[in-house]
Amino acid sequence: MAEKLTLGKALNTGLRRALERDPKVIIMGEDVGKLGGVFRITDGLQKDFGDDRVIDTPLAESGIIGTAIGLAIRGYRPICEIQFDGFVYPAYDQIVSQVAKMHYRSQGKVRLPIVIRIPFGGGIGAVEHHSESPEAYFAHTAGLKVVACSNPEDAYFMIQQAVESDDPIVFLEPKRRYWEKGDVDLDLDPASAHPLHASRTVRPGNDVTVLAYGPMVRTALDAAAAAEEDGRSLEVIDLRSLSPLDLGPAYESVRRTGRCVVVHEAPSNVGLGAELAARITEECFYSLESPVLRVTGFDTPYPAARVEEEYLPDLDRVLDAVDRSFGW
Amino acid sequence: MAKGGSPPDGELVQLLTPEGERIESVTGSDGTVYRADFTDDEYRGLYRDLVIVRKLDAEATALQRQGELGIWASLLGQEAAQVGSGRALRTQDMAFPTYREHGVLYCRGIDPIMPLGLFRGVDQGGWDPNEFKFNMYTIVIGAQTLHATGYAMGVTMDGKTGTDDGEAVIAYFGDGATSQGDVNEAFIWAGVFNAPLVFFCQNNQYAISEPLERQTRIPLYRRAAGFGFPGIRVDGNDVLASYAVTRAALDHARLGQGPTLIEAYTYRMGAHTTSDDPTRYRIASEVEAWQAKDPILRVRAFLEKQQIADAAFFTEVDEQAKREAVHLRERVLEMPDPQPTTIFDNVYAHGSPLVDKQRAGFNEYQASFEGSAH
Repeated sequence: MAEKLTLGKALNTGLRRALERDPKVIIMGEDVGKLGGVFRITDGLQKDFGDDRVIDTPLAESGIIGTAIGLAIRGYRPICEIQFDGFVYPAYDQIVSQVAKMHYRSQGKVRLPIVIRIPFGGGIGAVEHHSESPEAYFAHTAGLKVVACSNPEDAYFMIQQAVESDDPIVFLEPKRRYWEKGDVDLDLDPASAHPLHASRTVRPGNDVTVLAYGPMVRTALDAAAAAEEDGRSLEVIDLRSLSPLDLGPAYESVRRTGRCVVVHEAPSNVGLGAELAARITEECFYSLESPVLRVTGFDTPYPAARVEEEYLPDLDRVLDAVDRSFGW
Repeated sequence: MAKGGSPPDGELVQLLTPEGERIESVTGSDGTVYRADFTDDEYRGLYRDLVIVRKLDAEATALQRQGELGIWASLLGQEAAQVGSGRALRTQDMAFPTYREHGVLYCRGIDPIMPLGLFRGVDQGGWDPNEFKFNMYTIVIGAQTLHATGYAMGVTMDGKTGTDDGEAVIAYFGDGATSQGDVNEAFIWAGVFNAPLVFFCQNNQYAISEPLERQTRIPLYRRAAGFGFPGIRVDGNDVLASYAVTRAALDHARLGQGPTLIEAYTYRMGAHTTSDDPTRYRIASEVEAWQAKDPILRVRAFLEKQQIADAAFFTEVDEQAKREAVHLRERVLEMPDPQPTTIFDNVYAHGSPLVDKQRAGFNEYQASFEGSAH
């Protein structure tokens, strides 16, 4: 039965399912209990599952991840909420030096099935530290997996698949899309849903391949709709998994279109787009009609809210990149 | 406080003086009574542990000097703190070590070869913490205190506290670590969640070169008060007191009464690691003053005075220690270098397309040299 849910409610429902399915699954974070999280993603869960399974933690991000490691060694499957992207850095050491390496250094004897949920990206008019896109830091770290959902159905299934994963996962939630609605098939088993680490072509096209993830998928789709009016056919691929990347569909697409535009909110310098451009160039060199172009945030700190619309990639900047690709 | 000196009177639980005089019991400030009520067998057993642990440590230092280990972090001088606390653990208790807890590891009944792969550079010290109830060594200072706290929260959630046979957890760290945010966060969490946890701080007076006064203005054990749980300082060179204080704190934890901070006041007689040169930052007279408080000599003096052990016993212990050291050495020398392709193993639980591709590429590259003169 498909139901229309917001992305936020889809996450909430997915978390509820995960808690129901396995008594070892716990949620921990700041304000996740009574308040239900500042974005209400854990709304009602403490009331129904108890305060030893939905744990309001002290205000200390390294503590959240560090204790989650101990709980995972004890056999629990913690889902940690980092309240905002810009607050993950106090936990960076525990994530990069401990979470990411434990399976490797234990020669596979220790698994840390920890999910680190982070609302990320801008567009909500927030003060500084509340609109960042830290994905490259984590995608760069071996031992971590990084995924980003872009729509309610993916949010519902991907969060459940992440909880089932034997590897630690950084789970990025596009906070400005929390309120967007979409159909979610609540009866489908998550194991039968689109695989967690597989990309997906969300709009077929013939002229340009657009790669996006998280909040930029909607932007790319809007650009594709606008381009169609100009007679240009954009193929949009939602990467979904940023580490590992699943680029088979992207290679196939670029070999057909000969053009590729990558879109993300994070700054361009040494970002995901650079890796994508490098790999597509290696794999599709003889098919490319123009270089892979990037539409990204600027290489500045995230700016003040009143100018964030100028900072963030939007429909027009995507179309501009499409024009530049054709004009090369 | 004087650098490397004695703590103020009345702040240190001691049951065996440096001269080998046993103190029947000590009453802590909270009324807890600590007793040296061991059987003769137990006294002899503790002595045996101390001697073997020191001998194995010396063997590892020698192996490093001979190029067989890349580095070694010696526990010299800290044997009593480690043997005392290690022997106080029950089978069901879980320990989270730093990289220097070779003595605790030995007392847990774990083969001392286990961490040597890490120091030889043939692996990264991997074992299953749950199999040995002893976590892997942690090198990042203080990080493991949070892991221990989370694990202890899990013990509570599993309903394994509140009885005499409940489970307790012990987290080891040093004086330098007390300045880390993670350790302070662990104190907060353990207090808030009433975790069944013993924070065991071996204050060996130095964080590499930095003396204690670079880390604190007050005695470390007093920090516990600010976090809302008991703190106690024990003579870390006294194996009896280290045992008694740890046992009491573990029982406090297993009964569901929450965490305790133990500051084991000791001294790192050796270098921080084999790469360190302590003559650059501390004077010989200070080391000599601590030599007089040696953790092993005082037990031997006690055993002799009380006629609990005779010369044959001491000879036999020395011989066992030597045998175990030789056995350790032989096995270290036999440790093979890992195959280069193992670089790519266990990054993820079920592989990864990126790493798998790189492994295949590496193998192909290696194979391209086969049959060539190089």
